[in-house]
Amino acid sequence: MYGKGILKGLGVTLKRYIETYVDDIRWMGKRYYKAEGIAHRSSKDAKGIFTIQYPEEILPSPEEFRFLPFLVYDEGDNGEHTIRCTSCGICAKVCPPQCIWIVRTTNPATGRPIPDPSEFYIDADICMNCGLCAEYCPFDAIKMDHAYELASYSRNIMNLQTLSKSATYYEKIRPINATKENQARAAKLAARTAATIKTE
Amino acid sequence: MTTPAPVEILDFSTIFPEFVNADIRPGYSGWIINKDHLIEFATKLRDVYGYDLLTSVTGVDYLPDEKMEVVYHAFKTTGGSVLNYKVQVPRLDPIEIPSLVPVYPGVELQEREIWDLYGIVFTGHPDLRRILMWEGFAGHPLRKDWKEAYFEEENKPFKSRWPDGKIVQAENNNLFSDNIIYPTDFDPEKWIPEGEEALYGALAKYEYTNKDGIKSDNIVVNLGPQHPSTHGVFRVSAVLDGEIIANLKPVMGYLHRNHEKIGERNTYLQNMPYTDRLDYLSSLSNNFGYALAVEKLMNIEVPERAEYIRVIMAELNRITNHCMALGALFNDLGTFFTPLIYLLEERELILDIFEAVTGSRMMCNYFRFGGVARDLPAGTLEMIKGLAFERLPKKVDEIDRFMSENEIIRSRGIGQGVLSAEDAIKYSATGPLLRASGVPYDIRRADPYSIYERFDFDVAVRQNGDIFDRYMVRLDEMRQSIRIIQQAIKGLPGGEIQTGKPQYQVRVPAGESYGRVESPKGELGFYIISTGKPNPWRYHVRAPSFINLTPYGHMCVGQKIADIVAILGSIDIVLGEVDR
Repeated sequence: MYGKGILKGLGVTLKRYIETYVDDIRWMGKRYYKAEGIAHRSSKDAKGIFTIQYPEEILPSPEEFRFLPFLVYDEGDNGEHTIRCTSCGICAKVCPPQCIWIVRTTNPATGRPIPDPSEFYIDADICMNCGLCAEYCPFDAIKMDHAYELASYSRNIMNLQTLSKSATYYEKIRPINATKENQARAAKLAARTAATIKTE
Repeated sequence: MTTPAPVEILDFSTIFPEFVNADIRPGYSGWIINKDHLIEFATKLRDVYGYDLLTSVTGVDYLPDEKMEVVYHAFKTTGGSVLNYKVQVPRLDPIEIPSLVPVYPGVELQEREIWDLYGIVFTGHPDLRRILMWEGFAGHPLRKDWKEAYFEEENKPFKSRWPDGKIVQAENNNLFSDNIIYPTDFDPEKWIPEGEEALYGALAKYEYTNKDGIKSDNIVVNLGPQHPSTHGVFRVSAVLDGEIIANLKPVMGYLHRNHEKIGERNTYLQNMPYTDRLDYLSSLSNNFGYALAVEKLMNIEVPERAEYIRVIMAELNRITNHCMALGALFNDLGTFFTPLIYLLEERELILDIFEAVTGSRMMCNYFRFGGVARDLPAGTLEMIKGLAFERLPKKVDEIDRFMSENEIIRSRGIGQGVLSAEDAIKYSATGPLLRASGVPYDIRRADPYSIYERFDFDVAVRQNGDIFDRYMVRLDEMRQSIRIIQQAIKGLPGGEIQTGKPQYQVRVPAGESYGRVESPKGELGFYIISTGKPNPWRYHVRAPSFINLTPYGHMCVGQKIADIVAILGSIDIVLGEVDR
């Protein structure tokens, strides 16, 4: 019979249509604007309406999600900020679109460089969010951010001030990675102190 | 599981001693052909030795040696590894090489590209025009002595950017806010776009008479730039005889950014995120091809676990790509958006996995030389399992039920845009386009790379070569990809995911390599020449979407104008890859 294929296809659409209502009823109002509902809608069991009602609902970012780099600083006991960056420049060298500029601090007395950036710029318009800078930074100093709502009226170049974010923030957005790195750093430090004690 | 028969090594320098020499440069392989005998050699190769598929043609500028080279990569459709041969000519204009279009019509667009970017004249080419650059463009941009406007430096990392700390934005360098060099005597008031004339001239070259024998006037219709149902910025110029297409040419280059020139300036690693932006719907396949090519040069092995992760990710990527390809094809055939949205739901779930594993939904940048960037984060394997074992098989069947028997899809698909097996091979078509024509040529089987020879899967193939078969081949491929993922998950071993320490500056020995993968669109090849420096000397992408457009005109001739878009949809192109 001509048209049988179309009817069969319409059957699929009808099933989908009914599923939307069935799923809504089954979740009893918890399907929308609730974390569990959002998780359900992006799981393998999702049926019915998929749409996330952004910005009322926000899909949680997975840990590895990357969007624009930021510089991590550690907070001391009395609130001072020590930036982890040593201005070694690996991030600037590895950056594919070459959007990173760093100025080293130099000791005014001797004229020799101090491992600390005096200026650090990232041209956010050029950055392609590849994450290579974070991947190859040997000091865990530059990391990829999760904040993606950055619409602005002008082109923006981020400087040391706008780029710096605390280690606590980093641990919040990437808990697993941060713990792993903290452990690795602590182990390295312990090994180094052990070595110096031995030599002494 | 079959292992391909060992390839007999033919020594062409003894078979044709008068015009073939072995390429003995260190790190190189293949044969150097005297250009006067190129056509003779290629014909012999095709007819006597069975190398019927000439997939890639590449120009190389050896500026220090004052030489230009054209490299051909030929394969057998019965399987086996590459045979490459080269023609070298002095680097003095006019550089002339006989065109291989009479032997392999599939090189037509590629030779035009080489003329455009290198200025090598292919004598005997039927339609040698610029293809990617605009008609008034000055110079040939891939030549090593060509510098773009506001040229900064030869290679990255740019010294000018670091560590002086000066912030320079390109548009501030530039008073007129563009970066075009015009020909010396260019006057926009008087300029006549001769390329348009040449295009219409080329279209008119083909005589078409009506079936009744009555000659009538033809009209030229331009679809686009943009329209061909917005697969991207693309244009189709067609000559119509009534409603029937008499001749058709694709026009492209609107998204050209000279990816290859950028690639030659980048370091090897810096190129990896750029490959994502070629075919932006299947970035992991692009990563795969590029990583293979560089690993071949570096001669490094990839750990087991990384190989499995690579295969899982690449096959998931194939499913996302086919979701998009089929959804767009259904749109082109007139079923607006419902099937597309159904497929996008599945794609969305897979993209969630990509986001969790690689950090980005589309621009994955996940592969590294000798491994992958990071191990599968906790929980992602369960997500992949859930999709591969439970959800996706059902959903592919649902699409099959939904669309395959639909009378409109069948009547618009069956027997339309037919490409015969002989023509498909002749026009260097690869991927689903070739397999829908009845040629079971899949690189994962024909010339296995990575660990594909371990998996049990069928090469999806259909016999008729029409739009409907291309749809069915893609559906079958999704099923086969699910099978591969299931096997890979079961076999996934533990261990390292990267050979050696991660390095941002890899050492690549001098030589050439051609790495190719079966990307969802066809054969994706990367031809890389290293001189031992941190940047590749030559970086060429054999883009499947671009080369699959070669038979487009041939498929459309004799069809109705409404089929132009449907046939284009069935080829499945992505303009990021077509224009590079």
